[in-house]
Amino acid sequence: MTDFTPISALVGGGFLGLAALILLKFNGRIAGISGVIGGVLQPTGDKDWRWLFLIGIMLGPLLATPFTERVDITLDASWALIISAGFLVGIGSSLGSGCTSGHGICGIGRLSPRSLVATLIFMVIAALVVFVMTHWLGA
Amino acid sequence: MKLVTALIAGLLFGFGLSISQMVNPQKVLNFLDISGNFDPSLGLVMVGALLVFGSGYHLLIKPKSQPLLAAEYCLPSAKAIDKPLVVGAIIFGLGWGLVGICPGPALANVLSGEIKILGFIAAMLIGMKISGRLTRLLT
Repeated sequence: MTDFTPISALVGGGFLGLAALILLKFNGRIAGISGVIGGVLQPTGDKDWRWLFLIGIMLGPLLATPFTERVDITLDASWALIISAGFLVGIGSSLGSGCTSGHGICGIGRLSPRSLVATLIFMVIAALVVFVMTHWLGA
Repeated sequence: MKLVTALIAGLLFGFGLSISQMVNPQKVLNFLDISGNFDPSLGLVMVGALLVFGSGYHLLIKPKSQPLLAAEYCLPSAKAIDKPLVVGAIIFGLGWGLVGICPGPALANVLSGEIKILGFIAAMLIGMKISGRLTRLLT
């Protein structure tokens, strides 16, 4: 059980939007995390900014420690489930040209019909998975 | 300079994920668990992000002009709602719903000490690598 945290959700979300706006206004790039990672995996291309953006995401939570309650992340799911989920997220975001950030924030923010459709699809599918896992399988 | 803005954007992104608690997979799963322990926080994260990015995009970004530090805006050109988009979004939703982790929060949790995150990321990278073949099958 987690509590509804409207203020921190809105403020935190605002920072996500600001980050995406900065990357677009200065670098001309979309802050789609899966897309940025995908670019690093390519044999050629402009990789330096990608690495710095990704390293920033890894270090960013350290800056937040004075402002937010530290929640120790523990994953109860089995290794098999974690690996399967990671694999599906990798294939799906690459095939579908985006994830929650690229489609859900940047795409919808630009009023892209493709991103709106993709976001609706993955949210409904993910909700169905959670429904089946928690209410039928009792996970 | 381009690298500095990329790092700043990444740091703000990781900061926002942490402040909004989206680094906690349980918050994500509870958003998706509409009929159970529903926690609407993720919805407000999107509202906050879209308010900042959407309004900033429409006020500050003119796609035909130049970004401040690059030659041009790299914006997605695809318009069609095609098979790879739909199938990709479905696969992404399946993986996201299994454990509540998508690419951004996975990276933001690299330093959390939870070793399973690294397994998730490794599997995700493999999924991204092999998705090219699947894309060719669908087009």
